[in-house]
Amino acid sequence: MRITELFQRGEFVLTAEVGPPKGVELDHLIKDAHEYLKTRVHALNVTDNQSSVMRTGSLATCKVLKDEGLLPIFQITCRDRNRIALQSDVLSAALLGIENLLLLTGDYTTLGDHPQAKPVFDLDSVSLIHAVKRLEEGFDIAGNAVDGAPPKFAKGAVVSPCSDSVDVQLAKMEAKVKAGCEYFQTQGVYEPEKFIKFMEQAKQFGVPVQLGLIIPKNVGMCRYMNANVAGVHVPDDMIKELQADKEKTKAGDTGVEICARLIKECKDYAQGVHIMSLGWENRIPEILDMAGIAPITPVV
Amino acid sequence: MLITQLKSKETIEALAQGKTVIINCHGCKEVYFAEHEADELQKDLNGVTQIITTDYICNPDNLKLQLKKHTDVINAADTILVFSCGVGVQTVAALFEGKKVYSCCDTYPLPGFQGVTPLNVDCGQCGECYLNGTGGICPITACSKSLLNGQCGGAKEGMCEVDKEMECGWERIYRKLEKLNKLDNMKYEAPKVRNYHNPNAEEPTI
Repeated sequence: MRITELFQRGEFVLTAEVGPPKGVELDHLIKDAHEYLKTRVHALNVTDNQSSVMRTGSLATCKVLKDEGLLPIFQITCRDRNRIALQSDVLSAALLGIENLLLLTGDYTTLGDHPQAKPVFDLDSVSLIHAVKRLEEGFDIAGNAVDGAPPKFAKGAVVSPCSDSVDVQLAKMEAKVKAGCEYFQTQGVYEPEKFIKFMEQAKQFGVPVQLGLIIPKNVGMCRYMNANVAGVHVPDDMIKELQADKEKTKAGDTGVEICARLIKECKDYAQGVHIMSLGWENRIPEILDMAGIAPITPVV
Repeated sequence: MLITQLKSKETIEALAQGKTVIINCHGCKEVYFAEHEADELQKDLNGVTQIITTDYICNPDNLKLQLKKHTDVINAADTILVFSCGVGVQTVAALFEGKKVYSCCDTYPLPGFQGVTPLNVDCGQCGECYLNGTGGICPITACSKSLLNGQCGGAKEGMCEVDKEMECGWERIYRKLEKLNKLDNMKYEAPKVRNYHNPNAEEPTI
């Protein structure tokens, strides 16, 4: 199922991010997905060599999750493939019955564990969305006809509501919508007032937006994100909250409470929530319980 | 070496809006520039108040000196058309922050020496000059990822994710377009996709 159908039905769409390991043992990922995510989120984003670190592929992992009865979202970045490989992988996704895409430009190669690699960026998030739309219309980006019935996807992208240059983000968001983007997941939000203000401006595009959350695990992680991660800012009072009860924070409970609170404060302005738990998948059910979001009936 | 090939006559005519000053750069010996064709074309353009032919406009200090005697006419102009490689266009655009500065050439590479440009701006010699839509800031060389459709979102406080000493090229482009009241430039009909197979450079004729 395409998650755009869920948005159209007016569902509050819940997704979570999972990262393939560096290696081919997916047992742990699959077990966690069944145990903690299957009845709590509608779909699972599968990252594409996240942070430029080489891992098992997103598409193969999506297929494994689909075979497990879960609904995957195939994340595709433009860092590692040129336009031929990107379009080919999009068709391969259709062949495997993967119908949800999240289309990204991608981190630069030097951020990861193969800094010597050639960065590709032949297309970018906007032109990749356009390329997928062209495939849906029966043509590749060079204008050649594609045989048979064209594929159909839910085409998603990302936006950073708490960016320090939110006007530039909105311009890019508009370009993505114009190119064919049908839903957005945001970068991690810690400042509800910024998110709400952003949504007031983003509403004009008429495209659903899922509030993005990164579970704040500890103070060090927050400080790291403040210094290094674009579009993410953890305010001082939240850092103080994490510092206040060290045991509670260590147990992960402060991070869970913060996420639940952020959902409650932003819920009325968003069309869903996307949780990036970075290995803390087991805490997602608690976050959703605490935010008053009931379990779902799994869709495939 | 490189070729600065004239854009089409229709394109250049559309760029010449209002009072127009033309700057030709005949600097590098390493550049093949269609001087005669440019002269002919420039004769037919409307609204031209001054044609300035000079050299090494890629050097900002030299450029300032060369243009000194034309200050009044440049200040009164609405548009500056530059006939040079991409570096020259960027230097002129940086010098005249609030003016519409347009490139009338596409720059193609040729084997051999690339000319002398002791600068922090560069021309990627992509053969499909984007400077006219980006406020004279090159997305190929000012963006670490050479993106054509806006920022990647990786910049933090305006600085690039790849090189923290470098400003985000697309934030610079956005701010420049904002200043020129040209933000609509970012609303393309179709996303831009670079052509890496660009055989359209004409062979220099003898």
